[in-house]
Amino acid sequence: MRLEVVDADKCVGCQCCMFACSRIHKDTGLSKTCISVKSAGGMQRGFIVITCIACEDPPCARACPENALIVRKVGGVILKKEKCTGCATCVKACIIRAVFWDEEINKPLICFYCGYCAKYCPYGVIELRKTEFELKQSREGKDDSSK
Amino acid sequence: MTAVNELSKVLYIDLSKRHFYTVLRDDLFGKYIGGAGVAIQLLKEECPEGIDPFNPQNPIVFAVGHLTGLFPLASKTVAMFKSPHTGNLGESHAGGRSAISIRSAGYGAIVIKGVSSKPCYISVHENKVYFRDASTLWGMRSSITAGRLIRENEPASGNRTIMRIGLAGEKMIPFACVTTETFRHFGRLGLGAVFGSKKLKALVVSGKKSIPISERKEYLNLYDSIFKTATDSPLMKKYHEIGTPINVMALNASNALPTKNLQLSTFDKAYEISGENIAKGFLGKRLACAHCPVACIHIANLRELYEEEPFFYKTSMIGYDYELIYSVGSMLCISDVNGLLKIIDTVESYGLDCMSTGVSLAWATEAQEKGIISLKDTAGLELKWGDSRCYIEAIKKLIEQPTDFFKALSRGIEYASSLYGGKDFALSFGGNEMPGYHTGPAAHAGCLFGARHSHLDNGGYSFDKKIMLDKNILPQQLADNIVSEEEWRQILSSLVVCFFAREIYKPEVVKEALKVSGFNLTDKDFSDIGKRIYIEKMRFKIREGFSFENLSIPERIYQTDSSVGLIDRKFMDSLVSSLKTKILTYLQTSS
Ligand code: SF4
Ligand code: SF4
Ligand code: SF4
Repeated sequence: MRLEVVDADKCVGCQCCMFACSRIHKDTGLSKTCISVKSAGGMQRGFIVITCIACEDPPCARACPENALIVRKVGGVILKKEKCTGCATCVKACIIRAVFWDEEINKPLICFYCGYCAKYCPYGVIELRKTEFELKQSREGKDDSSK
Repeated sequence: MTAVNELSKVLYIDLSKRHFYTVLRDDLFGKYIGGAGVAIQLLKEECPEGIDPFNPQNPIVFAVGHLTGLFPLASKTVAMFKSPHTGNLGESHAGGRSAISIRSAGYGAIVIKGVSSKPCYISVHENKVYFRDASTLWGMRSSITAGRLIRENEPASGNRTIMRIGLAGEKMIPFACVTTETFRHFGRLGLGAVFGSKKLKALVVSGKKSIPISERKEYLNLYDSIFKTATDSPLMKKYHEIGTPINVMALNASNALPTKNLQLSTFDKAYEISGENIAKGFLGKRLACAHCPVACIHIANLRELYEEEPFFYKTSMIGYDYELIYSVGSMLCISDVNGLLKIIDTVESYGLDCMSTGVSLAWATEAQEKGIISLKDTAGLELKWGDSRCYIEAIKKLIEQPTDFFKALSRGIEYASSLYGGKDFALSFGGNEMPGYHTGPAAHAGCLFGARHSHLDNGGYSFDKKIMLDKNILPQQLADNIVSEEEWRQILSSLVVCFFAREIYKPEVVKEALKVSGFNLTDKDFSDIGKRIYIEKMRFKIREGFSFENLSIPERIYQTDSSVGLIDRKFMDSLVSSLKTKILTYLQTSS
């Protein structure tokens, strides 16, 4: 699964999703969130919602010199914290800027596709959905729900 | 009490010396919660008695509260200062991202003192404070452009607030506002002018610090229940769909929509400028303050054709709210939405308070009609009800001040009418131009006695309903209602909860929410603290020259039907004297 931005035009900029992500990371406020909502050059232009789109061949993982980002079969990555040295190479590799940073432990903060934030989006902007890979699989009748 | 410690850091910034420092003020945040409660203490400490509001020593205080960043709708920042408009307490609230940014930067309050030698703006990025040059931005015709430039020059997009002033603030027009996140305002009592007097163009604050909580499980449960109430409640739905302009039709139907400088209380073209109609033809976007699922902010999309150049269009996004529609709409008999939006856009780009601007122009129109002011006074401008072009011109003249009359008018109608006459139709209460509720005596008395002379102080208008239901209700009863509501609202504005959420944040919920943020209060504490803050604010007003003895009520309110019919003078008199006695007894009996 992955978090999908269904329709950013409906986003009101409340940032309830960001607060939710911080909470699921056992924190509060906006300190630990791996989804970002910012104005598209002034709020009158609407908002950009940025989060990991779960690439099938993730540049962030390829860039990591320590192999700390494990690629999921369905797309996207999982951070192996113990391998990560905090070099931030992955941050630069992700051109949509979906690699956020956890200042406290000095390691990346990347969406782990839990869907918690979507429950707090009052306007259906974001949703937890199948990744392209999973969709392909189910089209081909191979329902692989394991990672 | 971890929460208190964390919130209680106050950032002091001195513009004259260009330095800053922080002080832990557990004493204040422990005793007065935050927001308004803490702000009034800081104002008392920092503002020398009797100074001119434009004296560099007049502090600007911003404060947030314990629930900010933890719970939805605790999204307001309270600003306090000595008001150049009324000469006493200046207090103004705004949302946007201001509150969460201040708290995430690691502060419970920010105090700005002194004056900069050159135009500047301040950037606070967590523990770093920068004094940035703003000479290029100073004097810029549109504050919207200035805002954009700051936005492009500063980091932390999405995690910051940008508060800025326009030409009105630079020119120290006493009802200039401070705009935050383009569409929200610290309006009314002239915070923008105090910014201007300090040569402060803007304040940027950003941060990502986390906020400690004491009991995680309880926190999550309570969060979910508050969030659910907020998203399920019909009231919130109403604010999301049509927004505050839903009130246009409702107030119009009950003879409460001030029209034509309150010569009327219904507007025959009300539907045209109603929330419903604007939504149909112009609504372009709805926005929310940070951490607010309601999203009541309504933005209209205005498309204009350049007159002499076919196929050239200008599209502007303009925020609208009930108070704006009332003050520069029905008060001026404006019924075409295009014209209305253009007036709002003009007010916005100069950074004026829209309500004071509209009510002042309504008074000026009537004054010109009555021959009190001449065409010469208005530099040849004929003010005509319903004509948006003349009002746009008039607003420009409020800024440029080509005549003595516009100089006077730019100081508000209490002042202008003291020079030119026409006091009986100058709709000002305690020096502040009236809000859009002609519901009956409680609305007006509420503004007259409210600490900010604002309808939000005590929601006086809502008590007029009681008169509608019970003709025999006693003025004392209403006076008690008004004062106790104002006391409770001190708690809400110390927690910095949006007043639209007051039905959600009932005392029980507030208590729970404070508990999980590490702060225990009993019912008794609530009423004591609310009362104490209220008294402190009143004391500050009186210290700065406010007196219950020279309060005057514009005659006009007795001449036009309200929701309860013509307002009975005797009833009003006794409501006023009940309020006076009640508040004065309060002030005398408390230490
Ligand atoms: S972090 Fe960026 S690069 Fe890595 S999987 Fe997600 S979107 Fe792709
Ligand atoms: S899906 Fe989970 S981890 Fe990803 S942004 Fe939403 S809350 Fe955060
Ligand atoms: S919760 Fe939804 S509407 Fe609010 S900021 Fe996030 S995506 Fe936008």
